[in-house]
Amino acid sequence: MAVLLNENSRVLIQGFGGAGQREAANSLAFGTKVVCGVTPGRGGQIMNDVPVLNTVREGVEQYEANVSLIFVPAPFAADAIIEAADAGIPTAICITEGIPTLDMIKVKSYLQKSTTKLIGPNCPGVISVAERARAGIMPVDVYTPGNVGVISRSGTLVYESVDQLTRLGIGQSSSVGVGGDPIIGTSQQEALALFEQDTETAAVVLIGEIGGTAEQEAAEYIKEMSKPVVSFIAGATAPPGRRMGHAGAIIAGKAGTATAKQTALRNAGATVVESPSRIGETMLEVLQSEGLT
Amino acid sequence: MKLHEFQAKELLSQYGIPIPQGKVASTPDEVVDITNELGGKVVIKAQAHTGGRGKGGGVKIANNADEARQSATEIIGMQLITHQTGPEGLPVHSVLVEEQIEIERELYLSIAIDNASGMPIVIASASGGMDIEEVAENDPAAIQNELVHPECGFQPFQGRTIAFKTGLDGDLLRPATELISNLVTAFEDNDGTIAEINPLVVTKDGQLIAADAKFSTDDNADFRQKELIENRDTSQEDPREVEARDAGIDNYVKLDGNIGCLVNGAGLAMATMDAIKFEGGDPANFLDIGTANSADAVIAALKIISEDPDVEAVLVNIFGGLARTDIIADGVVQAKKIGLLKQPTVIRLAGTNVEEGLQILEDSGLDLIRADGFAEAAQKAVKAVEN
Repeated sequence: MAVLLNENSRVLIQGFGGAGQREAANSLAFGTKVVCGVTPGRGGQIMNDVPVLNTVREGVEQYEANVSLIFVPAPFAADAIIEAADAGIPTAICITEGIPTLDMIKVKSYLQKSTTKLIGPNCPGVISVAERARAGIMPVDVYTPGNVGVISRSGTLVYESVDQLTRLGIGQSSSVGVGGDPIIGTSQQEALALFEQDTETAAVVLIGEIGGTAEQEAAEYIKEMSKPVVSFIAGATAPPGRRMGHAGAIIAGKAGTATAKQTALRNAGATVVESPSRIGETMLEVLQSEGLT
Repeated sequence: MKLHEFQAKELLSQYGIPIPQGKVASTPDEVVDITNELGGKVVIKAQAHTGGRGKGGGVKIANNADEARQSATEIIGMQLITHQTGPEGLPVHSVLVEEQIEIERELYLSIAIDNASGMPIVIASASGGMDIEEVAENDPAAIQNELVHPECGFQPFQGRTIAFKTGLDGDLLRPATELISNLVTAFEDNDGTIAEINPLVVTKDGQLIAADAKFSTDDNADFRQKELIENRDTSQEDPREVEARDAGIDNYVKLDGNIGCLVNGAGLAMATMDAIKFEGGDPANFLDIGTANSADAVIAALKIISEDPDVEAVLVNIFGGLARTDIIADGVVQAKKIGLLKQPTVIRLAGTNVEEGLQILEDSGLDLIRADGFAEAAQKAVKAVEN
């Protein structure tokens, strides 16, 4: 099964420039159905064997696209997400970093009345490994099929933790980068719920970071989960009041600290890792103790 | 980006929010002139990007021109140290000289982004001049919050709810509701991340006035706030951070330690700092190079890091996704060849094009300490500093 993407996923790429075309090629090589690109004004061209269209709606009508992967630059990204939702795309995944917060507030409000689920923005995307369905920018070589789901606010920490898992012989069902911005389409809690319901997933790695209270909300959900969760919070050593790269990674008040998040997750029954290099080992211990390997 | 108090007040004033009469000055002579214009009784306030200015000696009352000159001489040019600045403090190059206001009551009013609801939130309290987090902890009932719905916008009834809750009724009801909705408009028009009036004062003659103001803007919206970002005061930032931004590196934060870090991705960059601490070391900076797919960007970043006198070893930790490890490796090699990176340099590459990246390091024949995994990289960097 896996989450969000599967063998029936037909990926459309919004913003079919350099990065979009490169990732289209990477996904095609992995075995994903990348069906078209959208760059307004370039409709009718074919780039790297992928047809280019003017609008998302054409991609839905002509190529039955059901996933949109968005690379559109930040000033125009809100428009791109709403276009995907308006065209009825069920899953929109936005890679773009640097979208103004007030734009995302409007997007989020619009999405509440639509059936589109947004992942990101400012995220590495989603991959379902056994289904060979990839909509994102993650390196595929580090993945191996298996039963561990990975959720992260950070892109590179997805790769890092997946790499650690793979080296220990632990495969992954899907990984979901929820994004590093303060306003995102799908929360950690919602992503956990997807993995909880997924028959292919036996356990979940949750990588949070400082800032906001999303990890505390995720912790509330972990209390109800049947599947074990291993968690790491990045930024334990970050100074308060400073934005650490991600727009959402800024400690404002006690709830935003790594300690507050670690405590909430521990109290909810998650296994919290203090060192980022021990994510894989810890998951191995958890899988072994629960008889899930 | 943070605005100074005088910039924030000018902005709010453009939206019809009453502010005290006053002017900004950068010399004691100017302060005296403004004091005379204002009738002799003034407040002199250091303009620096920090709270707690009063306790740090950055706010003084002067009742005549001589006192004003004396206070101005003390404040202009000082390093203002507060609980927010750290021991080195912030330089004060200018002061805001304002009329003294006769205070009847002080309130708190702000607007910020509420991540949980995904909407702006207006926060008000009848207790002004205090830290709102303390009020939230000790007396949560004193706080009134109202969300700003992205479609309908802030509604008058929400303004009235806040006004009644904070005792701004009677003759104050109409000006209070106008002021609150004007603050929301100022926040939305200027891509605010926080706009705070603390205290919002009711004067003895029954006027509402923003006695202090703080306004920060969303850096992601700089592209459409060109006029506003001219207010940026780089003297309030770490010089290395300014240099980094000028070189196109937005995500550099100077820290206290001695291990310089160049990492791709904010999460990995934070985790690298955490790993260094975990191994007993101290990071000298946070730096997310992002997808930086040019050797020049890598060299620019390594210049910032390796020219920092605090840096005794450098850790390059790259897990390529969109970022390509071969380009990063090329940048590191070039940087070393032009005389940067004199410190021991530990490099760990993984992800996109890692074979090519490692080959570039190998072929260079340069003295770079290679590390395979994350923990090993942190351990080697910590060890390099100890040696």
